[in-house]
Amino acid sequence: MLKIKVNDTEIEVEDGLTVLQACEQAGAEIPRFCYHEKLSIAGNCRMCLVEMEKSPKPIASCAMPVTNGMNIKTNTPLVEKARKGVMEFLLANHPLDCPVCDQGGECDLQDQSMFYGIDKSRYKENKRYVPEKYMGPLIKTQMTRCIHCTRCIRFAEEIAGIDELGAIGRGEEMQITTYLEKSMQSELSANVIDLCPVGALTSKPYVFEARPWELKKTETIDVMDAIGSNIRVDTYGWEVKRVLPRINEEINEEWISDKTRYSCDGLKKQRIDTPLIKENNIYKKIEWEKALNIVAEKIKNTLPEKIAGLTGDLTNMETLFIVKEFFEKTIKSKNLDCRAENTYVNTENRKNYIFNTPLNKIEESDLILLIGTNPRFEGTILNLRILKAYRKNKTKIYSFGDIGELTYPYEVIENKTDIIKKIIEEKHNLSEIIKNAKKPIIILGQSVLKIKSSKYIFNEFKRFLEKNNKINNDWQSLNIFSNNASTVGAYDLDLINPDNSENFTLKSIKNNEFDIIFLFGQDNLKFIKKNEFIIYVGSHGDKGAEFADLVLPGSAYTEQDGYFTNLEGKIQKAYKASYPPGEAKEDWKIVNELANLIKRKKLFNDKNELNESMINYLKSKKVKVSRNSEKNEFVSEEILVEDIDYYYSNVISRASTTMTQCRNEKLNLKKNGTEG
Amino acid sequence: MSMKKISKNQPVNFEFNEENKILSKKIISNYPTGRQKSAVMALLYIAQRQNNNWIPLSAMKYIANFLNISYIKVYEVATFYSMYNLAPVGKYFIQVCTTTPCMIRGAYKLVEACREKISKEENKISFTSDCSWMEVECLGACVNAPMVQINEDYYEDLSKEKMIKILDKINKDEKIYPGSYRGRKNSEPENGRKTLIKN
Repeated sequence: MLKIKVNDTEIEVEDGLTVLQACEQAGAEIPRFCYHEKLSIAGNCRMCLVEMEKSPKPIASCAMPVTNGMNIKTNTPLVEKARKGVMEFLLANHPLDCPVCDQGGECDLQDQSMFYGIDKSRYKENKRYVPEKYMGPLIKTQMTRCIHCTRCIRFAEEIAGIDELGAIGRGEEMQITTYLEKSMQSELSANVIDLCPVGALTSKPYVFEARPWELKKTETIDVMDAIGSNIRVDTYGWEVKRVLPRINEEINEEWISDKTRYSCDGLKKQRIDTPLIKENNIYKKIEWEKALNIVAEKIKNTLPEKIAGLTGDLTNMETLFIVKEFFEKTIKSKNLDCRAENTYVNTENRKNYIFNTPLNKIEESDLILLIGTNPRFEGTILNLRILKAYRKNKTKIYSFGDIGELTYPYEVIENKTDIIKKIIEEKHNLSEIIKNAKKPIIILGQSVLKIKSSKYIFNEFKRFLEKNNKINNDWQSLNIFSNNASTVGAYDLDLINPDNSENFTLKSIKNNEFDIIFLFGQDNLKFIKKNEFIIYVGSHGDKGAEFADLVLPGSAYTEQDGYFTNLEGKIQKAYKASYPPGEAKEDWKIVNELANLIKRKKLFNDKNELNESMINYLKSKKVKVSRNSEKNEFVSEEILVEDIDYYYSNVISRASTTMTQCRNEKLNLKKNGTEG
Repeated sequence: MSMKKISKNQPVNFEFNEENKILSKKIISNYPTGRQKSAVMALLYIAQRQNNNWIPLSAMKYIANFLNISYIKVYEVATFYSMYNLAPVGKYFIQVCTTTPCMIRGAYKLVEACREKISKEENKISFTSDCSWMEVECLGACVNAPMVQINEDYYEDLSKEKMIKILDKINKDEKIYPGSYRGRKNSEPENGRKTLIKN
């Protein structure tokens, strides 16, 4: 601990802090542009000048380490004068276009010039003009406004891991650009918009849409992937205007992926806003009452065994729970599953299907083994943590099969299940490496859980790790990487066949054994339809609604309150920011009304009752009896990581124009090669 | 100083010749492990020498791959330093110093001469001979101002007439001699040496 004085108050601070951080702890706010706590120190904006005793000149507090006995002053006339001088230089070339700048109202330069700016300019010279730079479909540039803080450059290099931004030229002519104005490659690229303290980098899809003070802000949870990033949804009336990250050090720090940020325009497009029925292959509008009556009639006239249901990727836990109750109590059918594919899951213990290593502890790891997963596209935020681990401890990273650029180097292992068998049987050099690692992380992706020997791989690998004391109370090394926001929640609520190994519902659907199939926001089902009556409950007209006979309009994640459990098993609540379009209803209400029609009794009286019984269900869940005696079948095969269409992975992003643009950009790049 | 313009006519491929490959490997070995990317400046200079005194984009990419760094990092360095040429220059590449001491001693007269004899604009290769000129910042020969640098050599104590004579010779591809054009040795005082005279 070091003792320093800040504005004549003595405080003790930790070793290794900068003066700026120490001042912040002492409660003295210091203006800054280039300094950002998550990025390296640049010290080039000079806004954070403070006075230090025995120093003839003011010092840049962001770059000065604290030493014992320092006497810092942040409120003297000298400091004020110095900062005013810096501000005057910054404004010398900054255009006075705040009225037409999208950053207006949330601009650091604007705010700080209210304190340190001078009302009149002493410069008669022309201001510098910098041509606009192309950075892709997400980032709009107005480089004349740039104050050269280099936050964006440091972000691309240090956090996103793809070194693609740079400053060309020098002095007044310095310009921030990508190499030859190529679009940015990173899936985290739009975070530079938040980082930019001025309006040089602004959001292209949000351009001239709204002012920050006009928007209603709702703090909620993202559902684009299983990470559960904390976001803030800004709405103007019904419309979701934009999505911004919210700081949560345990999950997403303060970054979100481009898909999270820009899928929101998909909430306005392709929406189902009224119940539809298919007659002679044409969808016709019908009233809610009629639609629900048709469903009730159908259910009453069908045997329970002939009714099946699948829930989707973005379904919240309340809906999952009420669907479960609906199937168990109202229909009395067991054919309900959350998996549209034959994914292996062992629900005996919660630890068997969640990502056991907390996201913020990934960086402590010294060995990461990726089996059947591409973290860059499946969970961009998780990939960022792996990069952090690599940067911090030079973590060795292995992957089964070459999965392309991941922003960090990794060693490719042949993608054969035989290799896994060899590791488990300690015939491969990786077994020693795993044994010697202090904090290994083994990540099993969805691709490996879909192959024939998935059961063998999971259970035997777990046994191998347990034997070598790699799964204990301090460190859980085996992790399952879920891809969808609803997956872990659905497993928690047991929306799967009692027998874990196979998805019988799906098998029977594929064999056309059912008469009625419910799809609750499920769009990934692939089967050849025969005589089934398919009912789709969901928000977007996509693959699921396409082959449905009856479509009931539901709500998207921003239009209803709902819990989501992220891949590490953290339960978080998403709040209602907007309301469903047209005649669409909240998902749980649809199921509740349907139950009312069939049994003349609602499943739940209100949302609170539903929430309470869901929470009770989760709390009273018992650990199931393990059935280790079962044989784990091993098949020698290849582990192929599924090619993920990153920008088109769910209904909302498929409906989004921005995501389509991003996807086209990427496809073009693939066609023309990365070099220009 | 304005932003350097990148040539529109870019060669598709670039590779160090054998001699330069050995040289660049030797330069890289001078840096401690993990700091090899610091060799970027030296390699850019080698590339410039190999490719008629200018660096094409393909050379930047080649160097980026050579050092295993991103393209933008090489591009940043190449655009930052004024002595890397990013567009073709003449066989005779004339750099006229126009920083204060030279300017006071009439550097802009030399610029005028260049405009008359070579091309009206900077960085344009003349029609008459393979020659181009540009204004540069201080070349560190202020005592002998005004001066120009032609390829590797300094031509000092110039005036417009003397400059025109040099340029005429260049246009005829005749040999020109570097050094002071007022007959003084190195940077000796105006009226001959006054100190350190041998007795």
